[in-house]
Parts: sequence; structure tokens; C-alpha cells
Amino acid sequence: MPPITLNVNGKAHAVDVDPQTPLLWVLRDTLNMTGTKYGCGIAQCGACTVHLDGEATRACATAVEDVQGRKITTIEGLSADRSHPAQLAWIAEQVPQCGYCQSGMLMTTAELLKRKPKPTDADIDEAISGHICRCGTYPRLRKAIKTAAAMAAPRPAAPKPAAKGAAR
Amino acid sequence: MSAPKSRARRDFLKSGATGAAALVIGFRFSDDAFAQEAQEKKLINPFDAWVHIEADGRVRLVLAKSEMGQGVTTTLPMILAEELAIDWKQVRVEQAPTNPNIYDHGTGGSASVRTSWLPLRQAGAAAREMLVQAAASHWAVNANTCRAEAGAVVHGPRVKRLPYSQLVAAASKLPVPDFSKVTLLNPKEFKIVGTDIPRADIPGKVDGSGVFGMDVRVPGMLYAVVARCPVFGGKVKRFDATKAKAVRGVRHVLEIPALPEAHTAGGVAVVGDTTYAAMQGRDALTIEWDEGAHATESSATLRTQFEELLARTDGTVVRNDGDARAALQGAGQKIEATYEVPFQNHSPMEPMNATVHIRKDGAEAWLPSQGPQWGQDAIAKIAGLPGDKVVVHTTLLGGGFGRRYHADFVAEAAQISKATGAPIKVVFTREDDTQHGFYRPASLHKLSGALDAKGQPQAWLHLMSSVSIDQYWTPPDKAKPASSEVGGAANLGYAIPNLRMEYAPAKSGVPVMWWRSVEHSTNGFVTECFLDELAAAGKVDPLELRLRLLAEPRKVRVPPDNESTLDTSRLRACVELAALKAGWGKPLPKGRGRGIACHFSFDTYVAEVAEVTVSKGVVKVDRVVAAVDCGRVINPNGARAQIEGGINFGLTAALKSAITIDKGRVEQSNFDNYEMLRIDEAPVIEVHFVPSEATPTGTGEPGLPPCAAAVMNAVFAATGKRVRRLPVRTEDLA
Repeated sequence: MPPITLNVNGKAHAVDVDPQTPLLWVLRDTLNMTGTKYGCGIAQCGACTVHLDGEATRACATAVEDVQGRKITTIEGLSADRSHPAQLAWIAEQVPQCGYCQSGMLMTTAELLKRKPKPTDADIDEAISGHICRCGTYPRLRKAIKTAAAMAAPRPAAPKPAAKGAAR
Repeated sequence: MSAPKSRARRDFLKSGATGAAALVIGFRFSDDAFAQEAQEKKLINPFDAWVHIEADGRVRLVLAKSEMGQGVTTTLPMILAEELAIDWKQVRVEQAPTNPNIYDHGTGGSASVRTSWLPLRQAGAAAREMLVQAAASHWAVNANTCRAEAGAVVHGPRVKRLPYSQLVAAASKLPVPDFSKVTLLNPKEFKIVGTDIPRADIPGKVDGSGVFGMDVRVPGMLYAVVARCPVFGGKVKRFDATKAKAVRGVRHVLEIPALPEAHTAGGVAVVGDTTYAAMQGRDALTIEWDEGAHATESSATLRTQFEELLARTDGTVVRNDGDARAALQGAGQKIEATYEVPFQNHSPMEPMNATVHIRKDGAEAWLPSQGPQWGQDAIAKIAGLPGDKVVVHTTLLGGGFGRRYHADFVAEAAQISKATGAPIKVVFTREDDTQHGFYRPASLHKLSGALDAKGQPQAWLHLMSSVSIDQYWTPPDKAKPASSEVGGAANLGYAIPNLRMEYAPAKSGVPVMWWRSVEHSTNGFVTECFLDELAAAGKVDPLELRLRLLAEPRKVRVPPDNESTLDTSRLRACVELAALKAGWGKPLPKGRGRGIACHFSFDTYVAEVAEVTVSKGVVKVDRVVAAVDCGRVINPNGARAQIEGGINFGLTAALKSAITIDKGRVEQSNFDNYEMLRIDEAPVIEVHFVPSEATPTGTGEPGLPPCAAAVMNAVFAATGKRVRRLPVRTEDLA
């Protein structure tokens, strides 16, 4: 059978796998991109969340044949240098404990912030209740999502530069 | 705590490039029986931690501790850096090689801070004194005119200064001071201990770069899943691998025998090029099982057995003050209640896995393990190699909660690697992880209490039966069945003159093990809810009753929980602080309630006040306020995170899930039927620490035990309904 071409984090990869293989295992075992985690295999825990054309999707329940031609973004592609507001906020609020679920949490949060730049508690509940964190980082997750929203918000216009020569 | 014997050593490590010496001090965290044994046997390296100060002044702390999100790779270097007078960022933490001469490299029991606080300070102070002495000799001045600060030794009013990097070579030639004689810093001088240092492991957990056991990849590695008999103790009778072998990517199908010593079930292993191939291959197997002796066990038969055991009077007496039975007979008011809790699974987000490569001359393993030396031992036995030929790398752990102490998954990987010659990663699916665990024991409790006319408890009788952890793990002639079952109940801290507890172990085929906070998870719920029942029966406010029964400062120490001494005044202080911060006594709207509970475990005191809303048979926990006395707090933000985590872990067991048995097997399989607490169900949590200069203790487990009781006592306050079995069910609220 012909190889399947995947666009992951802006790069094309040709993979020779059973077309029914879940995207999760192709990312992890074939492409060795292990930031996307296996937690349940039945779209219950959210640890495997990636973006498909910007939409948060469970990679464990998505056959690889169905994602050809779509833009796949994984945690490795969220930013080049941990500079996404959600990543910065996760560090600022000291969210992760074991950390295994957090790639998925971050991917869902990144999508949420695009849809709802100022998410309410109800928005956060709706987006994150599809995820499980066994370490119980929920209070910090909630806080960090709000922190990330504040970080991502456009800043008020900078004051006009002073007249030439005055600035030092 | 007794001062560790001087187990320091001096060593030289030659660096190829510079030939410069490093200052190395090896030491041990726990002053256990092993230390003596190590001395008697003259073991070469009886250490589980080393401080290396390199010729360039950089410091490495080599630790046999596993990072599972509790922050051990941040908190422990903070302690060392403080005494060594360096910035904590200069300390690089490395995983210690697993040493077969050391029985337990383990990480658990909320013990890392508790057991390492003094040895780490002593090691840091010893190294500091050696560096100071080297500088003093160089300047030909008295060492007591020199001091260490910011990674250098300084002297005199016109301040001479030598950085550690220029002193390492000379210092490394000095004798290591006796640990018991080094001068530790006055805590008033602490600059690092007690501050919120960001955790070192977090950046790698926000970009996917952190390597968990699941993420290990070694050249030539194959993936394996194992089909195990769904009934505990069952075996393979026969199997047909024809279809499995036809699955694309499947390389091997082989039977692996059960290993009684490693408590593995055995089964049929399917080995493939990818995890998915192995899983597909397993799905295509046809297996006939011999279900063995436990095929008729169920949660119902176990409950019947508990009832029968508790109806007898030959339980082991684990506490006996006064004469509880006589006091109950003559009581003015007698209260009786039965409590029960089910099995629980650890269910860390990273399912069990291990990567093992056995070669002829040695073996290598990559283990997400709380007890890597247990894995090393299992591999050595299977490979027929001496332990020191088995190199173990400890990876990040995607949660542990006790489950990752055991080495069953390591043994399976070793068996398959030995048979195939390839490096093998054994992966548990979530279903495997749920159905082939080692569970928190199920238990049944019958409690009786007597009150005098003022509502003061005069007698307390607690009869308990459970599936005993020690009976499962220890040979019958050595087992002490009560030893991991009665803690937190036998050493109840309340001043009740007649207090008796009896324990009877049940027989079961269900494997059991330590689960976050072990028996305290059960006994905190049972004892603190029953105390609430006594308060209600005596018409005393539940806070008031606790304060009364803890009023007299006493030390409670009861075998077999004899490692710990409960100080009632410290527990009382937590109760007072939690009540104050929670606004105890302030009115709440109808349908809402507030409950309190306190518990002492792992040498840490915790009181919690929960606020709940009960509506249409559903309990929503709105807020939990915790007051914690864990001695001096090393990293407050990290300690808060551990208490928050313990509370939410406990709420899953209180509100959501149970492992139940039918036909000898676990009925649940994945998160759709073994449900976890989610963000919309998680409360606001506030954590307050009782200011303390006492020796630091741990926080990983102690946050859990009071939370189910605080919640169910709040449910009673809101509804008048007593919840005596977990998890709460809608019918119990009707």
C-alpha cells in the first residue's frame, strides 16, 4: 500500500503503516515524537490531544488515514522555545506534578485561548473536563489558563516615544 | 532521629582533560539496619547519595530518588545548597546508579524530605568545612576566621576571597569530618530553605521533552503487550497464535510463566515493531485459561467473609486502653455503625511499562520506578546475572502513588527480553493497568462508642477486617497481617479512656499493595466520620468535640505503628487553624454543609474543613481548607501542591470510583467505568501551614486521609445523611 503522508508541525512525513493505526502510535512509535502521551486509548483522558487544523483532537481515537492533508500540531510544535503563553503560564503557576497529562492539557488550552481569549470558569470546565490529571493539579490548571489568557491579551498601546534626542 | 554514623568517605575522581581532583562525599539517607549490615559485610559502596564538587566549582548531587512530580529533584538540592552556601541552581541533580548492595533506593512513604534533611545538611556542612579549611591553610589563618558565602570562602576585614573552584583540589585531600560533629547553619540564616523555588522538572513537562518510561527508545527495541488471565491466579491452559502472528508488525508470540516471587501472573506475550502492532496481535490471540482457585470470588463474597470475621472475637488486639467492652455495656448512650471501603487502583496517568535488555554479559533497563533496586533484583534473577551487571536508569515517572514500587512489569520485560534477545518495552494498556494492579485493600469496620451524659466519649471499639497487604507480600511465618492496615486507627489520638481495636485479615485472591497514604486513606475516613457521629449523638459541635479530646497534650505511640509518635497538641493546632481559616460556624445556605476532619500520618499532621453542596443526590465539593504541620517547610509552593494533589486523589475515591470483583476478576477496565475526578468537580483548595521549626516531614500522602471524612461530615451537616461507604452513592443520600 502507498505510504501515508502526514504534515506534522510544518514538516511532511511519509509513513508506511496500517491506515487504521491511531495517529497517536504513529507519532510516538513511527515518528518518535513522544510528547503526545498514551493514557487510555478511548478518548477519555485527553493525554494524547493534538491539533488537527487548529482543532483539539484525541490522537488515540483518530485513524492515521483520516488525517492526510491536514495540519497536525503536537506539543513539540506548540512553540519552538516554550514561549507559548500557556507554557509560560504553566511554569509561572507551577502546574505540572508528574506531568504526563500536561501535553494534552496545554494543547486543549492553546485551542481554548484561540476560541475564547478570555475564558470564564465555565469555558475552562467545558474544555478541560475532557482531560484527567491523576495528580490533581486542577486548581493550578484553572489559574494558569487565566494567567495565560492575560499574557496573551494584547497590551495597551505603548506610550508614544519621546522626542528625538530625549530618549536614552 | 538518631544522628547517622559517620558514613562519609573521600574519593578522587580524575578528570581526563585537567587531571583535577573532585571533592566527593558519599553518604546514606536512612540510618536503617542496612547501614550496620553494610559495615559488617564491608560493602564497597554502601551509599545512596553523593555530593560531587567538580574542579570548576559545579556541584552534582547524585540521588537515588525518583521524580514523580513531588519535586524531590528540587527540594533535596535546596537543602544541600543551603549548607554549602551556593545558589541552588548550581546544584545539578543526577540519578544515582542503582546499587544492588542497597536494599531500598525507594521513593515513597512521604519519606524523602524526612529522611534526607539531616544527612543532606551534614553532607553540605562537611563539604563546606573542608573548603573553608583548604582556604584557611592557603592563607595560613585560623579556619574560624573564614566563612563560606556564595560559592566562595572569604576571610578578614579586607576580604580575601577564594571561589570553591580554586579550593576543590586542596579540599579533596582533607579528611571528611565526622557527620555528627559538623557545624550546621543556624536556621535563622537560611536563605533557600523556606522559599518558593520553582521546580527543576517543570520546564521539560511543558514542551514534551521530559522522558518518561513510556518514551524510552533504544536501538533495536521491540514493543510487547501481555495477555494475562483476567482471573487473579489463573494460568494459560492453551493458546493459538496463528492469527496473531499474521498481524503486520508482529515478531514473536510466546508464553511467559508466572513468577510467584515477583508476583507476576504470566501469560502470552506478543512482541511487535510498534505498540499498536503488539496490541493488534494480542487482540487476535485465542487463549483458553485455567482460571484457578479464585474464580468464584466477588466483592459480595469478600464482604460476607469480613462480616464473619468481625462476628468472631479472636481478632488481633492492636490497641487496648481500659476496658472498652465493659464500658460499652454500661453506657448511657451507645452508638454503633458499620463502615466499608472498596479496593482502589492507583491508575497513574502513565500506565505501567518497562524497557529491559538482557545480554549474555549484562543487562540494562530503563524504568519508571519508585523502587529501581527491586527491578534490578528481578532482572538479575531472571537473567542469571549478579546484580551489579544490571544497569538501571530511572526515568521520569508519570505518577506512582505506590504502584511503581513493585517490579511485576519489569520482570515481564526481562522474561521477554531474555527469550527474544532484543531490548523489550513492555506496555500495559489502560485496561491492563486497571485489571492487573495491586489494589488498596477493601475493608469493613464495625465501630461502637459510648457517651456519658455530657456527650463525652467514654468508650471506642473498632473492629476491622481487610485484605492484608503484609499477608499478601510476606511469607506466612513472617507476616504481620495488621502492619499495613491499622495505622491511623490503632494510634487514635483522642482522649477516650476505654479504647480498643481488633483486626482480622481476610483471605482473597486480589493482589493488594500500598496506595497513596496506604491504610490511612481508609482509617482517616472511618475514624473521623465515626467521631462526627459521636459528636452528633452527644449534641456537641464536631469542632468542639475534637478540641476537647485533644485538649491535654499527650504523646501517643502504639505498636505496630511504633515508628511514629502522635503529639496531640500539634494535631489540635491544625484543627484550630483549619477551623479559623475556613470560617467554622459561619452560616451556610440550605443544601450546603461544612465538615471537619483531622489525621496524623507519615509524621505529618493535617486538618481539613470541606464545604459541600448536595443537590439531587450529587455531592459537589466547593472548597477544602487544609491546615498542615509538616515541621519546617522546605519549599512551601511545592508542599502546597502535594497537599492539593492528595486531596483531589482522595476525592476520586470518595466521590467517583471503586474497584469491584466478580468471578475472580476486576469489573472495571478504563476511565469510562473507573472514573477519575475532573476539573469541573474539583474544589477550591486552600493550604495553610502551621509555623514550625520542627524537623521537616513529608506532604505527598498526609493530605489525603482527612478529606473523605471532612466531605462526608459536610454531607451530614447539609443533609442529615451519614455516608458510611465509599464512594458516595445517590441512594445513600436519599
